[in-house]
Amino acid sequence: MKNLRAIPLWPAVRHLLLITGAVVLLAPFIWMVSTASKPPEEVFSSELHLIPHHFALWDNLKVAFAKANLWRFLLNGVIVTVSIFVLQVLIALPAAYALAKLRFLGRDTLFALVLFGILIPPQATAIPVFLLLHKLGLLDSYAALVLPFTISVFGIFLMRQFFKSVPDDLVDAARMDGISEFGIVWRVMLPAAIPAVTAFGIFSVVAHWNDYFWPLIVLNSEQLRTPPLAVAHFRNNEAGTNYGPLMAAAMVIIAPLLIAFLLAQRRFIEGITLTGIK
Amino acid sequence: MPSACGSGPLSDAATIDTAVVATPAARTPLRKRDQRAMTAYGLVAPAFTLMLLMLLGPLASVIALSFTDYQLGAPALSWIGLANYQEMFADRVFWISLRNTLTYVVIVVPGAVTLGLAIALLIESGTSLRGLYRTIYFLPVMATLIAMAVVWEFMLHPQFGLVNGLLRGAGLPAFSWLQDRNTALYALCAIGIWQAVGFNMVLFLAGLVSIPKQLYEAAEIDGAASAWARFRLVTWPMLGPVTTFVIVISGIRSFQVFDTVHILTKGGPSKSSEVLIHTMYTEGFEFFRSGYGAALTVVFLVFVLLLTLIKARLADRGVQTA
Repeated sequence: MKNLRAIPLWPAVRHLLLITGAVVLLAPFIWMVSTASKPPEEVFSSELHLIPHHFALWDNLKVAFAKANLWRFLLNGVIVTVSIFVLQVLIALPAAYALAKLRFLGRDTLFALVLFGILIPPQATAIPVFLLLHKLGLLDSYAALVLPFTISVFGIFLMRQFFKSVPDDLVDAARMDGISEFGIVWRVMLPAAIPAVTAFGIFSVVAHWNDYFWPLIVLNSEQLRTPPLAVAHFRNNEAGTNYGPLMAAAMVIIAPLLIAFLLAQRRFIEGITLTGIK
Repeated sequence: MPSACGSGPLSDAATIDTAVVATPAARTPLRKRDQRAMTAYGLVAPAFTLMLLMLLGPLASVIALSFTDYQLGAPALSWIGLANYQEMFADRVFWISLRNTLTYVVIVVPGAVTLGLAIALLIESGTSLRGLYRTIYFLPVMATLIAMAVVWEFMLHPQFGLVNGLLRGAGLPAFSWLQDRNTALYALCAIGIWQAVGFNMVLFLAGLVSIPKQLYEAAEIDGAASAWARFRLVTWPMLGPVTTFVIVISGIRSFQVFDTVHILTKGGPSKSSEVLIHTMYTEGFEFFRSGYGAALTVVFLVFVLLLTLIKARLADRGVQTA
C-alpha cells in the first residue's frame, strides 16, 4: 500500500474514511450513552439531539439499579466466569501436559478426540446436556451454568501446543529435583505458559460473560441471572416505556469488559482472536 | 507416602495417582517410564471423563435422540426412526427457518468480510493512529451482544429511533425495521455485520503484517505502478488463505445466530426472521420436544461441520491467522 501514500492528501482521505466508519460503528455506543443521559420527555421526542438538555444519567442509573438488582447480576457474572475459567485451567492443564510431554498408550487417540471435540459447536450438545442436568437435579443453579463448560477441549489443545514448545530439559531438571509430574504441571509448566493462559483466560471470560444462550436455557430464578439475562429481562419488563434506565442498565452490563479491554487492548485482541483458530 | 513422588502442597493429588507404583524399585529407568505412563492416565482422567460426559456423550445422544419421540418429563421414549425428519421436512416453518438462516449467512459473510478487509487495508495504508482505529473498530466485538441488541432496537425504533430520525431528516421514507416482515431479517443482518467486522479486521491485519515488504518492491520493479495493481498482484494473492479462513469462520458464526433473533424478533413477524437455532430452541426448550429439537440440531450440525471441515483442511495446509 506504499504508493497510496504517494497520492497527495492520501493521509487526509484515509483519516476521513476511517473516521466516517468509526462514527457509524460507534453510533450505537454513542446513542446508548446519549439516551441513558436523557429524561423521558427527551427520549420520547421525534426531534433528534445528541446532547441532553437536562442531564439525567444519574437518575436513570438510579432507576435501573432500583428496578433490577444489577449488583447481584454483575456478581453472578463474576462468579460464573471466574469459576468456569479456574475449573477449565485445573482440568485442562494436567491433560495438556500429559498430551505434550508424556508417552502413554492411547495418547494419539485422546489427542484426536480433543481435535474432534473442537469441531462441535456448543449449541449441538445443548439438548442432551440439558436433559443430563435435569436428571441430576442441577437445573437452575450455578452448577448448571458452570459444569458444562469446565471441560474446554480448545483449552487443552491450546495449552498442549504451547507445552510442546517448552524445552524437555526444563521438565527433566524438575524431575531431578524430585518434583512429581503433577507438581511439574503447576510449578514448571504453568509459569512458563502464563501468556497462553492469559490469552485463553480472556477468551473464556469474554465468551461466558457475554453468553446468552446457555443461561437462558438452564435458569429460572431471578437471583441467579447473569448480566445478559438481566438486560433481556429488564428490556422485556419495561418494553417500550423506559428507554433511559434500560440504556443505563445496558451501559452497566457492558462496562466491566469494555473498561478491561481499553486497559489491555493488545492482550484482549490476542485472546478474542483465538476463536479464529477454534 | 514415598518421597519419590515429590514435595510441595501441589503434588498431593499426584501422590495419590503415583503411590501405587512408587516403590524403590521404580527407580530403574524402565519402571520409571511405566510409572510416568500411569501418572499420565491420572492427569488426563478428569478431562476425558468430563469430555465424554459433556461433549462426546451428548453429541452421540443428540443424534440418537433425533430418532426418538422423547419429550422432557415423558416417562418413556420410543424409537420412531425417521419420523422426526419426515415431520421436519414436511413443516413449512423448517424450510422458512433454513432459508432465513442461509439468507443471513449469505448477507453477513460477504458484508463482514469485505468491510473487515477494507478497514484493515485502510488502517495499514498509513502509519498514524493505527492503534486507535483498531481499538474503535474492535469495540463491538467486545460489547455484550444482548445489551447492544437492546440498544439497536431503540436505534431502530419506528418513531423515536436514530435511524428513522436520520432518514426523515434526509427526506427518505422511514421503516418499522424490526416489526416489518420485509425488513426484520435484514435489520438483524446489519447488526450481525456491525458486530463481526472488527473481528475480521483483526484477522486481516495479522495477515497483512505478515506479507514480506520485498514483494511490494519486486512488484514495483516489475511495473506495478498503481495501488490497485499492487493489491491485485501482491496483497490479494498473499492474503488468499487468510481470506478463505475468515470467510469460513464468519460462515460458522453466522449459522449460529440466535441472541439478536431471540431478544428482538422471536423469529417474527410471521416467521420472517426465524432461524435454525431459534427453531431448535423453541422446539427443544419451550415445547420440550427433545426428539424433534434433536433432529433440528442434526441439520444444523451437518451445515456447521461441513464448514468446519473446510476450515480444518485449510489449517492442515498451514494457514496461520492470529
